[in-house]
Amino acid sequence: MGKITFVEHSGTAHIVEIAEGQSLMQTAIDNGVPGIDADCGGACACGTCHVILHSDWVQAAGSINADEQGMLGLTPEKTDASRLACQITVSEALDGLIVHLPEFQM
Amino acid sequence: MNPLKPLLEPVIQPVLNKATAIIPIHWQIKGAHAFQHAKNRVGRGRPVPTFKEVPLPEVSTLALQDIDLSNPFLYRQGLWHSYFKRLRDECPVHYQKHSPFGPFWSITRYEDILFVDTHHDLFSAEPIISIGPQPEGLEIETFIAMDPPKHDVQRQAVQGVVAPKNLAQMEALIRSRTADVLDQLPIDEPFDWVQKVSIELTSRMLATLFDFPFDQRHKLAYWSDVAAGAPESTGGNANTDEFFRAAADMAKQMSLLWREKEARKAAGEEPGFDLISLLLANDDTRDMINRPMEFMGNMVLLIIGGNDTTRNSMTGGVFALNQFPDEFTKLRKNPGLIPNMVSEIIRWQTPLAYMRRVAKQDVALNGQTIKKGDKVVMWYASGNRDERAFEQDPDQFIIDRKNVRKHLSFGFGVHRCMGNRLAEMQLRILWEEILKRFDHIEVLDEPGYVQSNFVRGYSTMNVKLSARH
Ligand code: HEM
Ligand code: FES
Repeated sequence: MGKITFVEHSGTAHIVEIAEGQSLMQTAIDNGVPGIDADCGGACACGTCHVILHSDWVQAAGSINADEQGMLGLTPEKTDASRLACQITVSEALDGLIVHLPEFQM
Repeated sequence: MNPLKPLLEPVIQPVLNKATAIIPIHWQIKGAHAFQHAKNRVGRGRPVPTFKEVPLPEVSTLALQDIDLSNPFLYRQGLWHSYFKRLRDECPVHYQKHSPFGPFWSITRYEDILFVDTHHDLFSAEPIISIGPQPEGLEIETFIAMDPPKHDVQRQAVQGVVAPKNLAQMEALIRSRTADVLDQLPIDEPFDWVQKVSIELTSRMLATLFDFPFDQRHKLAYWSDVAAGAPESTGGNANTDEFFRAAADMAKQMSLLWREKEARKAAGEEPGFDLISLLLANDDTRDMINRPMEFMGNMVLLIIGGNDTTRNSMTGGVFALNQFPDEFTKLRKNPGLIPNMVSEIIRWQTPLAYMRRVAKQDVALNGQTIKKGDKVVMWYASGNRDERAFEQDPDQFIIDRKNVRKHLSFGFGVHRCMGNRLAEMQLRILWEEILKRFDHIEVLDEPGYVQSNFVRGYSTMNVKLSARH
C-alpha cells in the first residue's frame, strides 16, 4: 500500500495510506488531517482545500484546468506548486507524495 | 430632440466613463447628479419605481406564474419561506414575466444554485448583481459584477487586505473594540440591539479596516444603507437625491483619506495594516486613485460588503437563539461550539438573499431553457433551506449542525465572498465576549425588518440582558 505525507504548517507530519481513486482532499479528511476546510465538498467552488505540493511532485499530480486555476487565484498564499486537493485523484503512482498545508485556508 | 441635450451631454456624460484624474471624483458625481436631474426634468430619465406595502397573499392561492420573489416585503411579512418552498417543490427553475424589475428566472434549489454560481462561462455577473439596475448616472464598477479575467485582476489586487494573515494582526484590536461596546450596555433594561450593538460594532470594524476617522464611523453604515436601498435595484426605500449626496460625500472622504495616507507614507511613516495602506504598498494598486471608477468601486464594495451582512448576522444570531432556546442552553454549556454556530447563524440568516446573473447563451437547467440575455436570480436564501441538500432539517437552527460550512450565504465559485473570514472572525469574537459577560439576551418583541428583496435585515430589535453570575 502506497503512502502520502501531509505536513501541517507547524511542521507536524501525517502519513496516510492511499485509497485508490479517492481525491486528495477526501484522503486528508478521512484520515483526520487538520488544515483543510473543503467548504464546497469537492466541487472546485470554494478554494478551501488549498495545498502546496512538494516540488518533486508537481508534474506527477497532473495538470490544472481553468476552473481550478480560477479558484486558486482567490488564495493570497498561492505558490507555483499550489493545488486544490479536491481536484487531485490519488493512485499508487503518487506513492511517496509529500503535501504541505498552508497556514490558513481562505 | 430636446434642447438641453447638445449642451449637457458632451460636458457631463464622459466624466463618469473616462478615468480622469483631473476632476475630483465627488465633483464628477455631483456633475452626474445634475445631469440626471436635467434629464428627468425633460422626461428622458428612466422612471424610478416606488413600492407601497400591502398584505401579500398566501402562496397556495397563487398560480405558479404569478409568484414574484422580487417583492421587497416578502421577508418582512414572513412569507418568504412558504414562497420559496413551493417553488423548490413545484418549479425549481421558475420564470416571472411581469415583475416591477422586468422578467427574471428564479433558481431555488441548492444544486442548481451551485451550478449557476460556478459557471461564469455560462452566466455573467455583469452589469450588476441586484435584480434591478443601479441608479441611473452612477453605475460604479465593482469586481463583484465583473467576469473573469477582469474580475480576477481586480480582486487579486485587494484580497490580501482580508487574508487570514492580516486578520490575525487585527484580531486583538477588534476584540478590544467589541469588549468596549459590550461593557457599556445596560443590564436588565430594554434597548435596541441593532443600534447599540450590531451597527456600532460593524461601523467600528469598518473604521478599523479602513483606518477611517473613528468619530465619523457612523457615516460608513449610513452610506452603505443608502447605497443598498435604491428602489430600482432592490426595492428599497432610499431616495435618489440622498443616494447621489451620499456617494459624493463618500468619494470625497475616501479620497481625502487616501491622499493623507499617501503623504504619510511619502514622509517615511511606517504603514499600517489598514486597507488603503495595503493598497498603497502594492505596485498594482498604488495609483488606483487615478482610476476613479475603480477606486470608488473598490471602496463601495468593501464598505457595503462588510456592513449590513455582518450587522444582520449579529442581530440574526441573537434572534435565532431566542427562537431555539435549547440551542442557547447548549451554547452556554459548550462555548467551544461558537465557530460552528457562527456558520450556522450565517446559513440561517442568509444576509444576502441572492446574487443575479445574465445568461451568456441558451442554457437547459432542470427541465427549462434559459435564453441568452435572460436575468437569472440565485436565491441563496432558498438553497440554504433546501431539504434535498441538508441532512438535518434546514429550518431548524442547530448550532452543532454537521457540514454547515456548505451553506450558500457566501456564494461559491470565483465570486465567493472575499470577506468571509473577516465576517466569521467578528462574529466569533462577538459571541466569545458575550458569553464572558451575559447569561441571557432576551428578545422582547418582534424585530423590525428592512424593506428589500436583497438584504435580509433588521431595522430594530429590542432586547434585555441579564448579567452572568
Ligand atoms: C456574513 C457576512 C457576509 C455575507 C453573508 C456576504 C455575502 C457575500 C456574497 C453572497 C457574495 C457574492 C458571492 C457570489 O457571487 O458567489 C459576496 C462577495 C463579496 N463580499 Fe461578502 N459577505 C459578507 C461579509 C463580507 C465582508 C465583511 C466583506 C469585506 C470586508 C465582504 C466583501 C465582499 C467582496 C469584496 C465580495 C466580492 C467578491 C468577488 O466578486 O470576487 N463581504 N459576499
Ligand atoms: S473542496 Fe472546495 S474547492 Fe476543493
